[in-house]
Amino acid sequence: MKRMRAKRVLQRGEARLSSILLLLLVLAISWLLWSGLYKPLVMGLGAFSCVLSVYLAHRMGFFRHHQAMFKVLHRLPGYWWWLLKEIVTSSIDVAKLILSPSLPISPTVVVLDAATKTDVGHVILGNSITLSPGTVTLDVHEGKLLIHCLTIEGAKEIQKGEANRRAAALEKK
Amino acid sequence: MIDLVLDILSWILLVLGGMCVLIGGIGGLRLPNFYTRIHAASLTDTMGTILIFVGMMLQAGLSLAALKLFAIMLFLLLTGPTATYALANAALLSGLKPDAGSASDDPKEKESQ
Repeated sequence: MKRMRAKRVLQRGEARLSSILLLLLVLAISWLLWSGLYKPLVMGLGAFSCVLSVYLAHRMGFFRHHQAMFKVLHRLPGYWWWLLKEIVTSSIDVAKLILSPSLPISPTVVVLDAATKTDVGHVILGNSITLSPGTVTLDVHEGKLLIHCLTIEGAKEIQKGEANRRAAALEKK
Repeated sequence: MIDLVLDILSWILLVLGGMCVLIGGIGGLRLPNFYTRIHAASLTDTMGTILIFVGMMLQAGLSLAALKLFAIMLFLLLTGPTATYALANAALLSGLKPDAGSASDDPKEKESQ
């Protein structure tokens, strides 16, 4: 019993009081800005949902990863700009594929070795790949990503590793 | 003058976004199996979302509403791929083979092939 509890704590990560309070503050401020209603009932519901969100975040192990997340935060806008261009070009490709009468698809599954080191990095890489139309991340396991591509060209593009390199560059000190 | 330009630009973006959603729907019908259909849905999910929300932000102008729209777009773009991953991963874990190529996974069509 005792061992099980220790394992559980490890899984959820140690939450320091300062980070819990910070998350609570951010949630409360954004809730107040978003709702704009200051009646007691609405405020009470807001407070309840903030506390519930913090509890769920704790359960999901948010406090294990949030420091790695803060480190990449300031590089994200530049990365998003590159990702946006990528999304636009691949969207046009997929739209053309779908609308062409012969439906020239060649579905392929590839395995990509993630150059990212942290869990947060893996998530950013996997989600970016899913976000650009034509490629979907099916599985992430021990630093390997299983990716389904709509065409062989898309698969080759992924294996060139541009996305991989850029996501890894996010994590650098 | 500048209002007119912004209005035209926002309508172009909204119409393009609507087209992306439509093409995603057509793709969902035309593509042969589960894993390829996800790609059509992701066209609706990302490009449709971006175009429609930027179009609406241009309509809202510089206001709190535009900021809220931007935040909603960001949340959709962050949660969308996570949901797609959950869907695709659930299919993979339950044994649907991803290397079927462009074969249909409809049991009726499989029999006739």
